[in-house]
Amino acid sequence: MRRRRNKATTDARTEVLDRIRAALAGPDGVAVGGTGEDPATTVGRPSAADAVVRHYRSTGVHEPGSPALIEMLTDRLADYRAVVHEVADASELPAALRRVLAGVRTAVVPPWLDSAWVTAAAGAGVAVRTDAPTVPLSTEALESVEVVLTGARVAIAETGTIVLDAGPDQGRRIITLLPDRHVCIVRAGQVVQTVPEAIAVLGRSPARPQTWISGPSATSDIELTRVEGVHGPRRLDVVLLRS
Amino acid sequence: MRIALLATCIGEAMFPRAPRATVELLERLGHEVVYPQGQACCGQMHVNTGYFTEALPVIRNHVEAFEPVLDGAWDAVVVPSGSCTGSIRHQQAMVASRLGDEALATRAARVADRTYELSELLVDVLGTVDVGAYFPHRVTLHPTCHSLRMIRVGDRPQRLLRAVEDLELVDLPSAETCCGFGGTFSLKNAPTSTAMLEDKVAAIRSTGAEVVTAGDYSCLMHIGGGLSREGAGVTTMHLAEILASTRETPAAVGGAW
Amino acid sequence: MSVDLGMPGVWAPKGAAQTSGHGAHPADPLRWGPTFPEAAAEALGDRQLRRNLARATSTIRGKRAAVVGEVTDWEELRDAGRAIKTRVMAELPELLLQLEEQVTARGGTVHWARDAAEANRIVADLVKATGETEVVKVKSMATQEIGLNEALAEEGIEAVETDLAELIVQLAGDMPSHILVPAIHRSRAEIREIFLARMDDVPRELSDAPAELAEAARLHLRRTFLRAKVAISGANFAVAETGTLAVVESEGNGRMCLTLPETLITVMGIEKLVPTWRDLEVFLQLLPRSSTGERMNPYTSMWTGVTKGDGPQAFHLVLLDNGRTRALADDVGRAALHCIRCSACLNVCPVYERVGGHAYGSVYPGPIGAILTPQLTGAAGHGDPGSSLPYASTLCGACYDVCPVKIDIPALLVDLRARQVDGDRRRILPGAWDVAMRGASWAMSSAKRFAPAARSARLGRLLARDGKIRSVPFPGSLWTRSRDLPAPPEETFRDWWSRTRGDGDEA
Ligand code: SF4
Repeated sequence: MRRRRNKATTDARTEVLDRIRAALAGPDGVAVGGTGEDPATTVGRPSAADAVVRHYRSTGVHEPGSPALIEMLTDRLADYRAVVHEVADASELPAALRRVLAGVRTAVVPPWLDSAWVTAAAGAGVAVRTDAPTVPLSTEALESVEVVLTGARVAIAETGTIVLDAGPDQGRRIITLLPDRHVCIVRAGQVVQTVPEAIAVLGRSPARPQTWISGPSATSDIELTRVEGVHGPRRLDVVLLRS
Repeated sequence: MRIALLATCIGEAMFPRAPRATVELLERLGHEVVYPQGQACCGQMHVNTGYFTEALPVIRNHVEAFEPVLDGAWDAVVVPSGSCTGSIRHQQAMVASRLGDEALATRAARVADRTYELSELLVDVLGTVDVGAYFPHRVTLHPTCHSLRMIRVGDRPQRLLRAVEDLELVDLPSAETCCGFGGTFSLKNAPTSTAMLEDKVAAIRSTGAEVVTAGDYSCLMHIGGGLSREGAGVTTMHLAEILASTRETPAAVGGAW
Repeated sequence: MSVDLGMPGVWAPKGAAQTSGHGAHPADPLRWGPTFPEAAAEALGDRQLRRNLARATSTIRGKRAAVVGEVTDWEELRDAGRAIKTRVMAELPELLLQLEEQVTARGGTVHWARDAAEANRIVADLVKATGETEVVKVKSMATQEIGLNEALAEEGIEAVETDLAELIVQLAGDMPSHILVPAIHRSRAEIREIFLARMDDVPRELSDAPAELAEAARLHLRRTFLRAKVAISGANFAVAETGTLAVVESEGNGRMCLTLPETLITVMGIEKLVPTWRDLEVFLQLLPRSSTGERMNPYTSMWTGVTKGDGPQAFHLVLLDNGRTRALADDVGRAALHCIRCSACLNVCPVYERVGGHAYGSVYPGPIGAILTPQLTGAAGHGDPGSSLPYASTLCGACYDVCPVKIDIPALLVDLRARQVDGDRRRILPGAWDVAMRGASWAMSSAKRFAPAARSARLGRLLARDGKIRSVPFPGSLWTRSRDLPAPPEETFRDWWSRTRGDGDEA
């Protein structure tokens, strides 16, 4: 028998853990837990094993970066009303960035964004500032910047998702949050088909702060009507670099 | 085949037309139908209301009445009700086992393995879709929750109905939504049950069907109750009644039930 | 057009009777209002509420069905989701300790709370230690469940809800009526009225277009976000293996709260764990499609302890019991703890669609609420409104079909009904249902008794006109008040059989 301890003298951690262990043990202290099966459907039948069976797809049928995936990602992003710009190769990127950033006066970039991209942005007449964890811009400064330009860690075609993991070409989380427009450059090789493939990529450094982005910020809280643009960036441009 | 019939308690007392039609249909198809005299009820109402102890003798009676199917006395048991079939398959053994009667649980599970809802029996066991029926009316189908989601009959009722000569099958809007019956729910939560029924009746009326059919007379009793109260002029008929209808002896249509 | 919202200051939660005799903010967020049948009956009278709910739930049902339909391995994902949750429950102590170790190693602080009061105490003390009197909040069921906002208010700390729907509910002095869309019971016109009355910075000419209303909320909250020093969140998942927390959201208010403030306090039920990083690949597919009906929600944030130079530099994780260990000890409760709060079961429930969330008298409404609420509170006996919840279902099974972790909700409800009946067996005077069910059991457990009973239904023919019965005395009147009954047949099936086929059953 487990002795009831005085609440005041037992710390919460010990008591919660004790309660859990007691809950998982039967009345005689024999473990009965583990199946979690719904009693009314399974009593009298052999209970399921604990093993987690993964019969779902852990990879897609398309190679990362294949044209089919680029098309799928483009299609999904368009569904979320993100703007997609396709660029055939790196040589065309500066021209494309100039088009995308036309009319933009200020932008912020993470510390290690490809210098060719930064140069292209500057060439478009944009005043580009760099934010780094060691030399951060102030919240006020970020709040007044029009555009943030970043790379990405991985993109998921089936769900139209871009994941940032605060890598050197993506920067602190705050820089992709406060500016009203996010321009994200994704290389074809970063595009995988399925969520499990992305989780595998991200699992190499899971402790980094991550932001999964699927379209601009949105709400459906009023009569389930989707409205784009609430607190996050109201515009999302994805520049897809095909090779 | 020799097929034993569970008439169901509601079919026995309130809607004998459904088990009668089941008998006539199966005999017309060349099968022998047997009516085990010991039968009464499957126990579903007691189980669903939480009266497991009271359900136990009802379940025991059912198992005893239909156990001869295990010795080959009959080839199968047929039930003209999706929810009774569901209870036999998913609840009887559970309740027996819960109340410590493992032997009964095993027997119940074995009988359940040989028990089929009518459309399952026709399509899966007897392999027929066209039963040679004739029913020159505009019909809509309420698929019923337990047929759909507890025993998963899928589109078997639709396939059977589409093969009926001169029958016009019209889609029912929000067909898969519950009619609000729910056994004792219809009494314990009568206003909510009625609100659901109103929507179901409106959907049925919107189809312009003369007849609404289902594989379960409990739902039809509820739906008919709403149609009758509204004076909708739509008739409820069990699937078996439509399938039993022929050119020679066509089923009559009229009244709410 | 103006919408009547009741008396300013004590705006009643719409759509349920729970305010009769109760304030808008009940003392116990898991137990307020009258019994379900009473609250439901009143909610049904609110035509606006029924329209709002019907429109909203049918929209989201359609979206969910479309995006679930395109996933070829949906059933395999559900099986995996269920198996992972099963493992979590079985290994909960080890996994919690692993999580604690990982979070601590990454610079976070882990606290444990036995109940709501203890959790509220911990959070209030943490906020006070920062010297702040205002905190921003990400929508979280756990903090709703413990009534954190009210507890903080008593300590002079204002908690600002930043999720749009949660903000609407908070401004209206309302209770949430849905797990995911707490203001689902409000129409755009009502929301406009609430904003005009309760937000000091909205333009008078505000229309009821959802885009304009969302913009008003954006502007209203912007300054608050930028000045906030402390944020409070829940968590959708916590990975024991890595110490990673995840919040799944749409608007970006979550990102604001998780990124801008200096201190982040996360309150999480102990069951929200997943064992491994890889397990996220299952739930990040199941949850968005089941809840908002999207392939993926706009934003998911994940963080592990504290990251130098990026985001809050102080992180506290409060692990909450509050009845969960009670639920864990019980088969039904343990199955219900698998719930990932996607709300799909609410959206497909025909009962929820008619009566709305307030009728359930708990922050957890709908089918899963009908199980979880009495399990968390230990509700039993007829004095507790929670005891009517297991009966708030037709057992139609729509919830089980959509549940991403395959919780067999109808079977669990039946189980809870059985316990209630058994709990009542000690009563000296049996209730009307007990008497009826015992009688029916006696009659239906033998053909010898059932045959004459069935035959006696024929007597009902005396009440019938034109083949139908329009009115019978109580309790049959519960039926005939709104529905006719068919006239019983002249001949039972058994009698027809013996007349036409003879008595022998050859068995
Ligand atoms: S019970 Fe299942 S469907 Fe309902 S909210 Fe929980 S996870 Fe979702």
